[in-house]
Amino acid sequence: MKLLKLVPDNTNIDFMKWRNIALILSIIATVGSLVLVGVRGLNLGIDFVGGQVVRATFAQPVNIEDLRGKVATLNVGEASIQEFGDNKTYQIRLPKPEGPDAAANQVVTAVRALIIKDYPGVKVTAGESVSGKVSGELAWDGALAIGLAMLGIAIYIWFRFEWQFGVGALVTLFHDVAMVLGFFALTQLQVDLNIVAAFLAIVGYSLNDTVVIYDRIRENLRKYRKMEIVSLLNFSLNETLSRTIVTSLSIMLALAVLLALGPDVLFGLTIAILLGTFIGTYSSIYISSPALVWMGLKPDSFIKAEADEDVTVAKPV
Amino acid sequence: MFDFPRWKVWAVTLVILAGILLAIPSLLPKDQVERWPAWLPSARINLGLDIAGGSQLLLEADLADAAKQRLQAKEEEVTTELRRGEPRIQIGDVSISGGKLSFVVRDPTQLDAAFERMRTLSQPQGLTGTRDWEVSTMDGNRIVLTPTESGSKQALKDSLTVARDVVRRRIDPGGTKEITVINQGDRRIFVQVPGVEDPEALKALIGQTARLEFKLVDLNADPNQVAQGRAPPGSQVLPMVDGTGRIAVQRRVMVSGDQLVKATQGFDQDGRAVVDISFNTAGAKRFGRVTQENVNKPFAIILDDKVLSAPNINEPILGGRAQISGSFTVESANQLAVSLASGKLPVKLNVVEERTVSAELGRDSIQAGTVASIFATLAVIGLMIITYGRFGIYASIALLVNAFMILGIMAVFNATLTLPGIAGFVLTIGAAVDANVLINERIREELRRGRRMLDALETGYKEASTAIFDANITNTIAAALMMYFGSGPIRGFAVVLLIGIITSVFTAVNFTRMMVSLWVKSKRPRAINI
Repeated sequence: MKLLKLVPDNTNIDFMKWRNIALILSIIATVGSLVLVGVRGLNLGIDFVGGQVVRATFAQPVNIEDLRGKVATLNVGEASIQEFGDNKTYQIRLPKPEGPDAAANQVVTAVRALIIKDYPGVKVTAGESVSGKVSGELAWDGALAIGLAMLGIAIYIWFRFEWQFGVGALVTLFHDVAMVLGFFALTQLQVDLNIVAAFLAIVGYSLNDTVVIYDRIRENLRKYRKMEIVSLLNFSLNETLSRTIVTSLSIMLALAVLLALGPDVLFGLTIAILLGTFIGTYSSIYISSPALVWMGLKPDSFIKAEADEDVTVAKPV
Repeated sequence: MFDFPRWKVWAVTLVILAGILLAIPSLLPKDQVERWPAWLPSARINLGLDIAGGSQLLLEADLADAAKQRLQAKEEEVTTELRRGEPRIQIGDVSISGGKLSFVVRDPTQLDAAFERMRTLSQPQGLTGTRDWEVSTMDGNRIVLTPTESGSKQALKDSLTVARDVVRRRIDPGGTKEITVINQGDRRIFVQVPGVEDPEALKALIGQTARLEFKLVDLNADPNQVAQGRAPPGSQVLPMVDGTGRIAVQRRVMVSGDQLVKATQGFDQDGRAVVDISFNTAGAKRFGRVTQENVNKPFAIILDDKVLSAPNINEPILGGRAQISGSFTVESANQLAVSLASGKLPVKLNVVEERTVSAELGRDSIQAGTVASIFATLAVIGLMIITYGRFGIYASIALLVNAFMILGIMAVFNATLTLPGIAGFVLTIGAAVDANVLINERIREELRRGRRMLDALETGYKEASTAIFDANITNTIAAALMMYFGSGPIRGFAVVLLIGIITSVFTAVNFTRMMVSLWVKSKRPRAINI
């Protein structure tokens, strides 16, 4: 059987030639993403800002304005209503009520009662209510978890490799997370607790690629001590290219299936990880590796560490 | 050279068989598993709320109410102690204000004795020397009790433990439902009830403190003063539950709900919904005595500081049974009966988070999730086989075994599968092959470099292992942090990722190596196509 080789043998692409162009593009995209987040803001779900949500599947498509008008008669604040998954399922979102938290969960009840009365055949499929206090904690815990994950992984890489690698990994992570945040600001997809899980997965998996390439760079630094650093990076990237492509492809394939066939609730989470995998693959080639050059990684960076164990290495006088 | 010792074959096979065996109960219908002989594994994966459908509530203790209830309990303790204990000490003007309890000792010579009695009542807290109440004197005849911070903290902890049990009894009086009620942090209780689609009844049950008291109506109170909310000494003014005004009652509790043994919903002669209650022996005795002494006087039935009704005592009530009437519906009478029977909540609980998912939505979600998981697996298997041929088949077998092992381990730890968990599962399917990709690519490389077949296999497995190790550690760090900080959905996702990382390294490295080495040993191929 003839096997598929996504990357032909002896491929030798001069990745590093494009590194400065890639850098400029990445900086523009990263800054653009951050500006987008600043200007448009993120569409934070009730998990992080509090409020209530009722999701219902109606017998037939309804007029959103009608529905909004009906909910308005309850006097529970401005409702935002949007389609959810298909054109008969809607999500009705209401702000958290003023006053004591105890009143918060009355709203879901009122809305539920209203639509059951006014729309025969409706099925209320989900109701959520999160108080301001709890949402504040959830937001803080989520941000803390993502921050600590980035830091923890960078520190691990610093210990396993050299400090340049740790910093390179951190810069890569920042790049990837910023881009996905920018995507959420651009599309105004809702950011809820699931998305925090997605970000943590991105942090984990975007580095997966980076680490494999770093591992090869380290191996080659030990093997080819005379090779100039840029050629060595190119060489290592080409050696690992086939693996990078096959693994990324298999992850993206699996996620694409989930995106197409999976439950609507998982749409945001899946698309975030899918995008993160794509960006992570790019950044492990064009951010993490060139970062080593910018931080002055030298061909002899690993020799110092080994000199103590390996006395046969001749030291230049 | 490229070897796999016999004992290792056995070890790997056993681990895999165990994993698959443990996964089976979760894949079969529940009633079938229940009919199994006891020696077969029967632990199943828990289905999260978003899959099973149901309601979950996060309740938080109302700190102001906790302080108030603690002061009220202390008042009862103090008055009982001073009136009953020897020598009797006459006190008056008992009041609760500014978060403190204070009273006047009528005979100033007894002040020191009263002070000592109060000191012995307060409990030392740990080894720090502080007590749960600080006792001080004021104006030469008044004793002031102030709750200490550590005392309040301990009291809150104790009340939440009690509250947890009360909540459980209220939601599930029969103790038969699969509900979760756990303490979370130092002031919250998490409640999860599968199958409930409208949490209203749930909240009504939990929302009531259900502190029931019987007190005599103070007939000497001046109606004008009562209307203004002022009560004579030894009495207090309480609102009627239906909002028809206020009434003065004696502070002293005649009998309280703590002495109930039974509470059921019933009907009175006119067919209105009521709650029938029965007291325990001590309560019945006391109720009998007080009603005997106060025939033809009204007494107030008080629920959570609101007067339900104030009927006249027509005759002594000696059997220890009574009927609580008010403007009840059958449903609200029933709820009150359940609440009374389960005991009062030691602290008022507010709902700070609420989530409900209908069983139908859950069913649709798990269906879509299962279909997606199967097709995602098939897609990845396809990619592996066209890319690596025989070695792709080995990787695919490892992938399937890995999927079963994840389910098996989740079942053993009674882990909860949530919708994000399904996403984690699919992600793991995509990523689990990474180790095999690393190994197979390395073998290709080594062959290109001119190594002989067995040598290439050996080097491939060996050299790929550091990259596999490092790459999986980064994921482990991320997943572990999700477990630690994450709530609900994040944790459900992290559980699957963590287990998936461990099992995938095992199946992708050890299991495929075993398959490859057995193939090499039996077929002795001259070359490999990879």
